[in-house]
Amino acid sequence: MRILISLLAFCAGLWLAPAPLAAQEGGVQAILQQHREAVASGSRRGVEPAINALKASGLDQAREVLEVWQARELYQRAADGLFFFAAPEGDGFRLRDIDTGADAGFAAKAEMTQLRPSGGVRGLIGAALVAFRLLDPDPEDRRTALAALSRSPEAGHLEPLRDAVAAETDPALRRDMERLERALTISFDRDEAARIEAIGFFEGDTGLDARAALAPLVATTRGAAVSAPEGANIARILEPGDDLSEEEAWALLVEAGLAPARVTKADIRAALEANIEGGAAGGVPVRDLGSDAARERAYAALAAAGRAQPTVTDAEARAILDDHVFFERYAEPSPAITEAAEAALASITFRVGAMQAADLTLDALSLASIYFLAAIGLAITFGVMRVINMAHGEFIMMGAYTGYVVQLFVPDYTISILVALPLAFAVTFGAGVAMERLVIRWLYHRPLETLLATFGISIALQQLAKNVFGTQARPLTAPGWLDGALVFNDIVAISYIRIAIFVMALVFLALLVFVLNRTRLGLEVRAVTQNPGMAASMGIDPDRINMLTFGLGSGIAGVAGVAIGLFAQVTSELGQGYIVQSFMTVVVGGVGNIFGALAGATLIGFLQKGIEWFNPSNTLAAQTYMILFIILFIQFRPKGIIALKGRAAGD
Amino acid sequence: MQRSFIARNPSVLVFLAALALFTILVTILAEGAGAGVISTSFVKTLGKTLCLCLVAVAMDLVWGYCGILSLGHFAFFGLGGYMIGMWLMYARTEEIVLSANAGAALPMTPQELSDGIAAQIFGVVGGSELPWVWSFAHSLPLQLMLILLLPGLIALVFGWLAFRSRVAGVYLSILTQAMTLALSLWLFQNDSGLRGNNGLSGLQNIPGLAEVPQATLSLWFLWASAFALGGFYLLAAWVVSGKFGSVIRAIRDDEARVRFLGYSVEGYKLFVFTLTAMIAGIAGALYYPQAGIVNPAEIAPIASIYLAVWVAIGGRGRLWGAVLGAAAVSLVSSWFTSGQVPAVPLGFYTVEWTDWWLVLLGFGFVAVTLFAPNGLAGLVERIFIRGAK
Amino acid sequence: MSALLEVSGVTVTFDGFRAINDLSFEIGPAELRAVIGPNGAGKTTFMDIVTGKTKPDTGRVLWGEESRSLLRMSEAEIARAGVGRKFQRPTVFEDQSVFDNLLLALRKNRSPFGVLFYRRSAEDKARVEALAAEIGLADQLGRLAAELSHGQKQWLEIGMLLAQEPRLLLVDEPAAGMTPAEREHTTDLLVQAAKTRAVVVVEHDMEFVRRLDCKVTVLHEGRVLAEGSLDHVTRNQEVIDVYLGR
Repeated sequence: MRILISLLAFCAGLWLAPAPLAAQEGGVQAILQQHREAVASGSRRGVEPAINALKASGLDQAREVLEVWQARELYQRAADGLFFFAAPEGDGFRLRDIDTGADAGFAAKAEMTQLRPSGGVRGLIGAALVAFRLLDPDPEDRRTALAALSRSPEAGHLEPLRDAVAAETDPALRRDMERLERALTISFDRDEAARIEAIGFFEGDTGLDARAALAPLVATTRGAAVSAPEGANIARILEPGDDLSEEEAWALLVEAGLAPARVTKADIRAALEANIEGGAAGGVPVRDLGSDAARERAYAALAAAGRAQPTVTDAEARAILDDHVFFERYAEPSPAITEAAEAALASITFRVGAMQAADLTLDALSLASIYFLAAIGLAITFGVMRVINMAHGEFIMMGAYTGYVVQLFVPDYTISILVALPLAFAVTFGAGVAMERLVIRWLYHRPLETLLATFGISIALQQLAKNVFGTQARPLTAPGWLDGALVFNDIVAISYIRIAIFVMALVFLALLVFVLNRTRLGLEVRAVTQNPGMAASMGIDPDRINMLTFGLGSGIAGVAGVAIGLFAQVTSELGQGYIVQSFMTVVVGGVGNIFGALAGATLIGFLQKGIEWFNPSNTLAAQTYMILFIILFIQFRPKGIIALKGRAAGD
Repeated sequence: MQRSFIARNPSVLVFLAALALFTILVTILAEGAGAGVISTSFVKTLGKTLCLCLVAVAMDLVWGYCGILSLGHFAFFGLGGYMIGMWLMYARTEEIVLSANAGAALPMTPQELSDGIAAQIFGVVGGSELPWVWSFAHSLPLQLMLILLLPGLIALVFGWLAFRSRVAGVYLSILTQAMTLALSLWLFQNDSGLRGNNGLSGLQNIPGLAEVPQATLSLWFLWASAFALGGFYLLAAWVVSGKFGSVIRAIRDDEARVRFLGYSVEGYKLFVFTLTAMIAGIAGALYYPQAGIVNPAEIAPIASIYLAVWVAIGGRGRLWGAVLGAAAVSLVSSWFTSGQVPAVPLGFYTVEWTDWWLVLLGFGFVAVTLFAPNGLAGLVERIFIRGAK
Repeated sequence: MSALLEVSGVTVTFDGFRAINDLSFEIGPAELRAVIGPNGAGKTTFMDIVTGKTKPDTGRVLWGEESRSLLRMSEAEIARAGVGRKFQRPTVFEDQSVFDNLLLALRKNRSPFGVLFYRRSAEDKARVEALAAEIGLADQLGRLAAELSHGQKQWLEIGMLLAQEPRLLLVDEPAAGMTPAEREHTTDLLVQAAKTRAVVVVEHDMEFVRRLDCKVTVLHEGRVLAEGSLDHVTRNQEVIDVYLGR
């Protein structure tokens, strides 16, 4: 019943219909009339009881009146001192009753006085309004109000927020309100103990709002003085030369009016140029003024003649610096607060660091799985068969374009990816088998020439792709359910595509290990690679096995291409970006071993992300250092992480 | 006693004569000094081709004779270009800055001059100070030394590390490719101090020679390139003709066996690798003033593979084969990509050679590898030398 | 008589498999020795250790009068110290002439710069020709090594070894794939060589070993099973068991 009434009253407040129910005794008008003088004068102290009375009245029109008042649209009739909503009409106003909203006639301009609340009063009104909004029956409105509040927090919001917390029923909203209340307490509460308690609330909290609330407390400004200022909350004393450069220290002195600005080289030049007389300035011929020493000499002469500002010598400057104290001062005056804030921030920084490390680990894992996918085909063709296939990158590209073409025909992205994966395998398997039959098998005893021949194929395939698909990037769109990211908190997040690629890498690893170790084909592949002659004499056809192995490695490159195409631009140069890294992955990991590729990809992925962490702005430098590290690594472990030993290594 | 080196290697004399004839002929026909049949830009193309032939000779020495398939020699070539480019750019900008200051009231201090130059050179990458790598850029002799020293030093350190740990064959190729990639990535970044992907430009303007027309300059560079090619061809031929050549060819064919003969294989490889890196640096230093611009894309791993392709097409293990391959492929390449080759209409499709040339080159290269492992030189020998017998 | 090469207590393990197990071996400055043993006995690994290709896990390999350890030296240093090795498969440089092959092996300065400025003297030429005559290839000097027959390649390789003037010659199955006449020539070459230096011949072929007529060391499972004259070791029951299988 109560809800019904308040709902109806709410409707009245929105002017959907005049509401006679609300016209009860002692309406808003009555309250305002009680404080008429104060409301009209707009003095902050006098208005406060009026606003409080409105707030306390529980009247539904109170909110409307406050909003209008704050917007400077409330008018007072001079004749009787009553307050009205007024809308301009002709050369006067159309009045409405502030309790009922009913039309209250027309008034000439001269009859009405506009209420012009001062900034302070409007702040008070705003705070009162906040209370109304935070107590709004609709939780969505409360949430909006809270969000607005957190964007522009003010001291006056603290009280209504606390009331709202007490009244809140929605647990999630209540938690958010409490957080904001803690943050506002830190910023605006007058009681130091309460603030310190609130600071403690955020200890180890990785939320951005926590850091935003704490950061202003430990903000410092630099200053200079003859002696350390008494009573100031000094963060630390700075030593010129160690903590700040002498130039910076001098600038602080100049700012504090404790020393004159030093004469710069540009000043000297300007002064000399202004004082050239008869081919000389300051007694030094102009043609000799091409060195700093000569210019300083000339300037000194000018200064001595009183025609330029005298310079401060370096020795004098040092003496002046020595006579002053340089410090960093907290804006927050209370040492107890800054101390607590520093401690809380330190714990947050530690937690954030740990989280960033976790995030970095996820990034590195995802990079490693990309490298692994790109390299795993090579781990077979190069690692097992010792064939250098420079066109491997182009097989990746072919896979990606296959995915693109499939999407042209199959509009459903989920189905198209499911079709593209086996199709890409088939296409590149075919290409690989064709290449093995036509080119590579003639070159098994000339590995370096395989490198060159496959490079020829690589440039031809790249140009063919350019001729067919053009040079601009083609989209390969991931299905909708792979959009977005798995978000753990403000710091740790990973996109679903990367998770999918990680899973795919694992599936591939398992599949290949199964094929190579548990199937007849795998057995024959291992037999042929270890001793082709012996394998042949046991009835295995090495030609067939080589062909199938090469096809397998190429097919996997194609599937990897679809995966890579999902997050990279599909261009004819897609494969180029991966080829060198892929070879390094295989070599670093250890040739002849699927797990080698895994180890290599892991090492390279983590290494690259690790180096990027130290210098996040410069991924090119990170890649450079990573490659240099790999070159050094190979010096010390020429056979990679997982090395075959002894005679089997076949050195 | 041994007969003289030239007497044992008549082909060297033939080559030098042909080179001299070619250079004189081009000079006579050029715009700058003669009939004007050959345009200045084509003279530059020919001069650049000679430099490419020189780096191909280096590649042949290291790969064709010593068996090290280096995918890094074009990086050394590019480094040579960067080293000369730094001086060219610095000295040229110095002239510009000084002339801009000519009307000013005061002469410039060294600091002001260097700041002015830095602002000109590094404005594009948002820098205003000369990075430390430019410490020697003011001095031509020092930069000329760096053309030799920098590629040589990198090759020495890299080679020492790689050969010491017995990295050989395709592994070494991959490692050299990684080195090349690292170098080009490093140059690509703006704070490497070499203007990032803008590279160094305006290198065709030789400081102090502003009044010499490009037509004449192009001939000077043609001659310089020809002399360098001739000189290093002679050096390379001398190196490979004697016992040293015998040792490095033996290393190429069976490294372990040479080791058991008591030769320290690593030392020989290091010597050849470093020497050829220096030759590549010189070739680059002559090439880029003719090209006018050097940027990190030139150093990308693919360029070094192309170099290997030229040598393979020309014929490994024969110095003149490498020269032939580099000249033929690079000239034919620029002819096809220039758009001067008439398109082939097939009715349903028109073959534009600018689009299809790389396809042709790629498959052509596969064919050469499969059917003519000794390259063009092998074919030439089969036709002429067998025919003469 | 002090030993030229002394191998003692050497053990090599490949992935847990003991290829050489506490092996000890000694040879004097001018001695011919045959090493026999079944497959996998460790004969080739033994040569790898002496020439520096494989580093043992434990043990000592001492060389010469001053008893220098070979373990810390590279293959090339060991070769320069006077150990020559002939591989099972003939490895000559097929791309080069017989003359160049021999010249390459000639005992001379082997540093890169020394070789770069090397000029062939008349006496070097004479030395190469003398070697060629010794191995029966005097009229083949100008031919490419690739054009030689299998046996000729074996001799060329022995010639290259002799040109190195080693103090110890390690020869791996020199008679494999040779005609009877070629075998005879090979035997003569080795016996001749052993007059001035130590020669170790690893061989499968008992007939060939018998013809060498020298002390025999039998290896089995990486250690010395028996040592002595061929007749002596062939009477040894253990040796018989190993060769015939138990």
